[in-house]
Amino acid sequence: MRLISPQRIGALALRYLYLLRGSWIRVVELAYWPTVQMILWGFITQYLAGHSDLLNQATGLLLSAVLLWDILFRSQLGLSVVFFEELHSRNLGQLFISPLQPIELILSLMLVSLARTLIGVGFAVLLAIPFYSFNLFQLGPPLAGFFLNLLLMGWAIGLLVSALVLRYGMGAESIAWAAIFALAPLCGIYYPIATLPDWLHPLSWALPASHVFEGMRAVLLQHTFRLDFLLYALLLNVAYLGLGIGVFLAAVHKARERGALLQSGE
Amino acid sequence: MGDRARTAGADGVIAEPVIRIENLRKHYGPVRAVDGISFAVARGATCALLGGNGAGKTTTIAMLLGLLLPTGGDIRILGEEVPRHRYRVLPRMNFSSPYMDLPQRLTVAENLTVYARLYGVRRIRERLATLGRDLDIDAFFKRPYGSLSAGQKTRVALAKALLNEPEILLLDEPTASLDPDTADRMRSILTDYRDRSGATLLLASHNMSEVERLCDQVIMLRAGQIVATGAPRELIHRYGRKDMEEVFLDIARGIESGEVVE
Repeated sequence: MRLISPQRIGALALRYLYLLRGSWIRVVELAYWPTVQMILWGFITQYLAGHSDLLNQATGLLLSAVLLWDILFRSQLGLSVVFFEELHSRNLGQLFISPLQPIELILSLMLVSLARTLIGVGFAVLLAIPFYSFNLFQLGPPLAGFFLNLLLMGWAIGLLVSALVLRYGMGAESIAWAAIFALAPLCGIYYPIATLPDWLHPLSWALPASHVFEGMRAVLLQHTFRLDFLLYALLLNVAYLGLGIGVFLAAVHKARERGALLQSGE
Repeated sequence: MGDRARTAGADGVIAEPVIRIENLRKHYGPVRAVDGISFAVARGATCALLGGNGAGKTTTIAMLLGLLLPTGGDIRILGEEVPRHRYRVLPRMNFSSPYMDLPQRLTVAENLTVYARLYGVRRIRERLATLGRDLDIDAFFKRPYGSLSAGQKTRVALAKALLNEPEILLLDEPTASLDPDTADRMRSILTDYRDRSGATLLLASHNMSEVERLCDQVIMLRAGQIVATGAPRELIHRYGRKDMEEVFLDIARGIESGEVVE
């Protein structure tokens, strides 16, 4: 087993930094959607607060949910989109003939996804403070656990989506946008899992994000920190991330069998 | 020729080839892209893989790089088994092809910096300055790669391939898209590099005068099989032709050496 090189991971991360540095539109784009979402849900919260006891009890329930959801969405999209960037620029072949190992590619994608998520969601989080007097950090230390778990789940889905695109070509690119939304109703972002029909509960609890959002509601509504939610989410994430990495590496292997790395591109 | 590796050089003897291929095969279902080829290339030699479109040149090179997994056969590069131990040899190799791009939106300097780091190059600035000067690309270091002409891109691709001063340099049509003057300069750079570093060059080319000038070993492929091998002069003599262009046409059209064609 060859050692993983931080220098090579850093080199690839530098490539994305150059890309961001070269286009301010890309940086703005990172923060645009999370900010729009935050503004929209902020107004909805303000409106509903006057009509709902629940929202009166826990101000920021919806805004916390939307911002946490964006962490999941951005981390998944950040990983997939950056991988697609290599396909679009027909650079994947160059990367795979360099000493960069597939696992290092994965780690660099994760690193860049983390940076993109922090920039994108971070801007919206900070803007929410003057806009709605809402501070996501009111969730306290559990926020770190929520963030980590949503990030890991986003990476797992991002890797699975990237593997699909590597296998089936750029035609499957739209899955990157659709995949996470297919899971959204099951994650209990804006409502407790108990709201879902009973037969959907096992599916819902099989998703790390469901545990995170239940944990978030426990903090905001009951003012309790449920460590069990975080640990379940972490266990599930370890399994899903392992699966994502395995499937991605298998897709790379298959691509090397089929000669797809020579021709990958638009 | 059997399974025994064909060897480089006019004398056909190599003490220690840096590339050794035995019975290499790549099949896509019923299609035999590479069909049991064996050859070896000596350290410091320049070897051309020639053949018409679909002959198996690019497939062979891709397998040497570990970019494509063989259906069967053995590849040893610098004594290491490829693709199994490819990461032991990839830092000592490189590849240039006008058909493989670099990120379009990054500048030339950014692209080269990223790849220099990937290859673990030390003193990156000095290396880039040297390559910029040698390949005459320093004038557009700050331009996005995507804005360059095809010829400029070919030169940048070659700069990327020389970043790590590879012991084995694989080239796919190294002078494609270049005007005759620039192409000539590129050939000089390649021969200078080879002579100075003792590197081994393996190139696929359709430019026969380039092959005559650069190469001391030629491997002719047709339908995934080796159909002729030898030094350019030896092949010209064997086929009774005046240059490699004519030899290439004979071989591509399936005319055996010694046949008289009206």
